[in-house]
Amino acid sequence: MSGSLIEVRGVSKSFGGVVANKEVSIDVAEGGITGLIGPNGSGKTTLFNSIVGYHPIDEGSIKFKGQEISKLRVPDIARLGLLRTFQQTRIYSKMDCMKNMLISVSHRDEGLGSMFGSMHDRETEAFAEELLEFVGLYQKRFLIAGELSFGQQKLLEFAMALMNRPKVLLLDEPTAGINPTLINGLIDRLKRANEQFGITLFVIEHNMRVIMNLADRISCLAHGELLATGTPDEVQNDPRVVEAYLGAH
Amino acid sequence: MSAQKLDLSLYGVLIAAGILVPLLAPAFTSQMAILWLMVLMAVTWDMTGGQMGYNSLGNIAFFGIGMYASAVVQIGIVYDVAEYTAAFGAIKVDFTVEQYWTGLLLGIGFGGVVATVFALIIGPFMLGLRGPYFAIGTLGLAVAVAELVSGWSYVGGGSGISMPVFPGEAASGSQVFYVLLFVLAILAHVVIRAIYKTRFGLAINAIRDDEDKAEAMGIHTTRYKVTAWMVPAFFMGMAGAVFGNMSGFIEPLEVAFPTATFGIFMVAMALLGGKGTVWGPVLGAILFHIVKEVTWTHLLGWQWVALGAIIIINIVYFQQGILGWAQDRWPSLFGVTVDEKTTRTGQAEAAK
Repeated sequence: MSGSLIEVRGVSKSFGGVVANKEVSIDVAEGGITGLIGPNGSGKTTLFNSIVGYHPIDEGSIKFKGQEISKLRVPDIARLGLLRTFQQTRIYSKMDCMKNMLISVSHRDEGLGSMFGSMHDRETEAFAEELLEFVGLYQKRFLIAGELSFGQQKLLEFAMALMNRPKVLLLDEPTAGINPTLINGLIDRLKRANEQFGITLFVIEHNMRVIMNLADRISCLAHGELLATGTPDEVQNDPRVVEAYLGAH
Repeated sequence: MSAQKLDLSLYGVLIAAGILVPLLAPAFTSQMAILWLMVLMAVTWDMTGGQMGYNSLGNIAFFGIGMYASAVVQIGIVYDVAEYTAAFGAIKVDFTVEQYWTGLLLGIGFGGVVATVFALIIGPFMLGLRGPYFAIGTLGLAVAVAELVSGWSYVGGGSGISMPVFPGEAASGSQVFYVLLFVLAILAHVVIRAIYKTRFGLAINAIRDDEDKAEAMGIHTTRYKVTAWMVPAFFMGMAGAVFGNMSGFIEPLEVAFPTATFGIFMVAMALLGGKGTVWGPVLGAILFHIVKEVTWTHLLGWQWVALGAIIIINIVYFQQGILGWAQDRWPSLFGVTVDEKTTRTGQAEAAK
C-alpha cells in the first residue's frame, strides 16, 4: 500500500440551489488507476474541477501529497504535477501537433528568464516525437492540430498531458467519441502510461467495459453523493450502484 | 532553411527600399516616414492582437504616452516644464545643438520606458478581460488617457506643447526623423520575429488558441500576457517620441492619441495582411498606406470610403488576411505537411 496521492475529504459544492457534490471523500492511491463512475449529472466533472482548482469549494479539504490545494489556482496546481484533460477535448487548434507538444512541457521551475528560452533543444523535441509516436500521430506532427479528427485530437491531448510529466493525470471521459476499435488501443496506452511513466491515473468513464478493465479501485457518485467505493467487482455487484444506473423498481 | 533565407531577403528588400526611395525621390521622404511608422504599429499590434488573440484598440495610448514623456524630458533638461507649457508657446527656449540631441535621445528612450511601465501596471488588470471586453476596455483606456492628458495643465492640457526646434535645415530634420522611424520599424520587426521563435511565441499562441487549456497545463499566463503587451508598448512609446518631434507640436487628440485614425489603422493593417503571421502586418501596412495615399491624391473625398471598403471586404470575405489566405490555400509552402515516415526510426510502413 503506497498511500494516497490525492485525499478528498468531505468536499461539498453547490451552484445556487443545485448541490453538485455533497460531502464527497475519495482517495487516489499513488501509482494506481482510480475510476470514477456515475450517471449523467452526478457531479463527476464538478469534483474534477474542484480538485484542479477551477472553482472554489464550499466545504471540505483536498490534499495533494499532504499539501492542502483547495485554495490554490489552476496553473499553480498544474505546476505541482496534477494535470487534467477535458471532456470537451482541448488542444491548441491553430498550432501544429509538434508545437502543441513543445509548449506542454512542465512549467514547474520556470523563472522569468525562461520565457524567452529556446524551444528547440534536441532532448525536448525527441521526447515530443517519442510521445507522438506512442499515440500514433508521428506522421501528422506538422499538421494543424485543429484539423485532426476528434479521436486524434483526444490522443494528442493525452500526449500533451504526458509531455508535462505529471504525477497524477485526471482524465475526463478519455474514450468518449472514440471509435470502438480504437478504444482498445487507448486502454492499452493508458495502462502503459501508468506502468512505464509511473503516472497515477484518476479516470471518469461512462464505458463500463473500459473502466472495469482499467481501474483497480472505483468510486461511484450519484446525485452528488458518494455511493460506493471498492474494487471493480465489488462496485459492479453493489445493488445501490445498479439502482443508480438502471433506476429502482 | 529556406524560410530563414526568405526572411533575410525580405529584410534586404525592405532595407534597400528604405534607403533608396528617399535618395531617389526625396519628395516621398515624409510619406515613407509615415509608412515605417505604420509598419511598426501593425507589427507591434500583431503581437498582442494576432499572435496572442487579445485585440487591443488602445495601443495608441502607448504612442501618446511615449510622446508626452519624451516632450517632458526634452524640455525638462533645459527649462521648467510647467512654466514652459503655461506660456502656451510664448516662451522661446533656445536649445543648443548638444542639448537638443541629448534631449532627443534621452526622450526616445524615456518614452519607450514610460510606456512599458504603464503597460506593466495596467496590464494585469486589463488583460483579465477577454474577447470583445478587452477590445472595448482598451478603447476606453485610450480615450481616458487622452482626456486625462487634455486636462493636465503641467503638460499644456488641450493646447499642447511646442517641441524643441530641430537645429539645422528643415530638410535634414525630416531626414533624421525618417531614419529614426525606419530603424525603429526594422528593429521592432527583427526583435519581435526573434522572440516568436522562443518559448514565448508558443506560449502566446497557446493563449490565443485556448487560454483555459494553457492555464490547466500550468503556463504562467498572466506573465506572458503582460509581457506581450509591454513589448508593443516599448516600441510604440519610442515611435511616439520620434513622431512628436517630427510633428514639432503635440496635443492630445490629433497628434498624440489619434484613436480613430492610427488607433484603428494599426488593427486594419494587421488584419489586411494576415494577423498572427510574421510578415502579414508589414504587407498590410504597405498596401493600406499606398491605398490611403493614392486615394488622398487622386480621389479626394472618397479616401475614407475606400479605406472603409477595404476594412469591410477584409472582415466579411477574408478574415484571415492575405497571408492567412495564402496559408490556407497552399499549406505545404508553410510547412504543414504529412511526414511519409510513420515512426521515428524511419521505416516507412506500407500504406494501409
